[in-house]
Amino acid sequence: MTRNLRVSGSLRNRLVFTLVGGAAILALLLFFAIRNYAAQVAQQGQDKILSASVTSMLDAAAIREGNVVVDIPYASFSMLSTPSDDRVFYAIYQDDIFLSGYPELPLPAASGRESTRQSVEYKGKTVRLVTASRTLIGIDKLVHIHVGLAQTQDALSGTLEQISRNAALFGAGFFMLTTLLSFWATSATIGQLQRLTTSVTRRGPQDLSPFEKPVPVEMLPLVTSLNSLMGRLDHSLKQSEDFIAEAAHRVRTPLATVRSYAEATLQRVDKKENREAVRSMIRAIDESSRAAGQLLDHAMITFRADHLEREDIDLVGLVHELATRLAPIAEMKDLELRILSDEPVSYSGDPILIQNAVRNLIDNAFKYSPSLGTVEISITATPNVQIRVCDNGSGFPIEEVDMLATRFKRGVNAEGKIGSGLGLTIALDVAKAHGGDLRLSNRPEGGACALLLL
Amino acid sequence: MKFLLVEDNQELANAVSSRMRLDGHVVEHAPNLEDAAAFVETGDFDLILLDISLPDGDGRTFLKKHRASDLDTPVIILTARSQVSDRIGSLDLGADDYVTKPFDHAELEARCRAVMRRKVGRPQTVIDKGGIVFDPVAGHMAVHGRSVTLRNRELRLLELLINAPGQVFSKQKLADRLFSYDDDASENAIEVYIGRLRKHLEDSDLKITTLRGLGYRLDYDT
Repeated sequence: MTRNLRVSGSLRNRLVFTLVGGAAILALLLFFAIRNYAAQVAQQGQDKILSASVTSMLDAAAIREGNVVVDIPYASFSMLSTPSDDRVFYAIYQDDIFLSGYPELPLPAASGRESTRQSVEYKGKTVRLVTASRTLIGIDKLVHIHVGLAQTQDALSGTLEQISRNAALFGAGFFMLTTLLSFWATSATIGQLQRLTTSVTRRGPQDLSPFEKPVPVEMLPLVTSLNSLMGRLDHSLKQSEDFIAEAAHRVRTPLATVRSYAEATLQRVDKKENREAVRSMIRAIDESSRAAGQLLDHAMITFRADHLEREDIDLVGLVHELATRLAPIAEMKDLELRILSDEPVSYSGDPILIQNAVRNLIDNAFKYSPSLGTVEISITATPNVQIRVCDNGSGFPIEEVDMLATRFKRGVNAEGKIGSGLGLTIALDVAKAHGGDLRLSNRPEGGACALLLL
Repeated sequence: MKFLLVEDNQELANAVSSRMRLDGHVVEHAPNLEDAAAFVETGDFDLILLDISLPDGDGRTFLKKHRASDLDTPVIILTARSQVSDRIGSLDLGADDYVTKPFDHAELEARCRAVMRRKVGRPQTVIDKGGIVFDPVAGHMAVHGRSVTLRNRELRLLELLINAPGQVFSKQKLADRLFSYDDDASENAIEVYIGRLRKHLEDSDLKITTLRGLGYRLDYDT
């Protein structure tokens, strides 16, 4: 098939795109999930320590001799120390009156003993602020203590950064691994298809047998329908072959009857006009059967030339075989058929095509040879492989020599000879199918030469 | 020669038989493979002409069986196909040769002769008359023991004349038998062949007489 099929995307690209795209999305999701989770865990840790510190500050608050005493429990502050030297801020209020610490620390309004946790801006930095309240019961009054403790998040963000980096690396690694896997999986899948394609392409034109090699279960429907298609093709080819054979039989048998009767009649009639009539009849029969035969041969040759199957052959042996077959005809016409080459000439080509081409050249030579003429065939391997068929007749009409191989073209000297005008066309087609050519020339000593270059 | 013609088409069989009888051959006709097998067993044939498509089977099956048996009667296939592959198929199965329908009887005869010649130990159909010994199949002749090589047309001319001594053959009739229909069968060519044959027969007791305006006749020189 030389016709271009329309291409709708590539299965391989689609597969690779889907798999790699999926892997990229998965890798991103993984990265964000890890980072989020890590941030949460770290924040919770900081909150716990801050809460514990605030609680211990509140616990240490007491009313002594009517005064509120708040100790800063340094032990709990030491828990807050980090490798990044994060700063800690605090503020203590008694009944909304600032007692100690950093008055600018923005504490939310106190509400019972509930503690709050939030991130706030302080001095241009994000700090984590934990607040809690406690009501101290004195002898004559209730004192409300509100404590806020904040810490910068340098160490936390450092840790987070590190975790993010690791998560990113992990995500990239995951992405690369899945990409590689998807490429491998895609080629493995497409490879199965390609193997099927190769085995279809490698088949000869006559090979319509079903595929029997094991295929993956997904390709089974394709191969099954391919097999059934080839089965049907094989069947219809066989049918048309049988049909042609039957048709030829039906047409040629009555022709043979007519010809035999005509020949027998010719032996019995004496009148000149009647003899002429019967002779014309026989010639017409020969003409039509020869044309039919050549047309069929030409069709067969066109088919084989399109699907050229080369095999190693010995051209000299092949020509000898042909000469044996044609010897009775040569003898009948008192012609000598001489093969001038003995050494084998090996060549890789289609023996049926080459034999048919040479046969047509020899037929021509027989036809145009004079009585007691000689037809010479020589086969040479150097400088290139060629078969030369020469006769000692009157030669090709020189002004037409370039056109003689045209389909149905016959030379001016063909008058009175039975032929279809396809013989040289067949020879030329065979030569061209093998990458060669057909050259026609006349010998200086007289006679025509046809050179089949292979 | 004695032929067995295996052909299902009655008309063709009649036509071929009548044409071959004109050449002095004996032809038996079998319309199917069964009859053909019976004929082959009982009759002693020089050659079998076998059609491929027959009502009770393929001629090639018959050919295979025939080759497997100990009979070595040569077989020439009559085929309606002209495809080269089919021809080679028939030869591979052991046919000695084939002709494509419709066939030229001169060609068929030439092929029969070639096949017969190849057959080893064939019965000699030698004509021994008037000082010459003539083997039409092998194509050679001896005049008083001296061997003479005949060209094919000389041979066929002699065969025609020697089988009907005393009969007059016109130039046209001889031309029809000697030349195929695409040859330029000029009557001058017949004169040339008659002249050559006369030369070959010079020392024998056979003589070709020219009857002006009528043709030629073979006579015994007594």
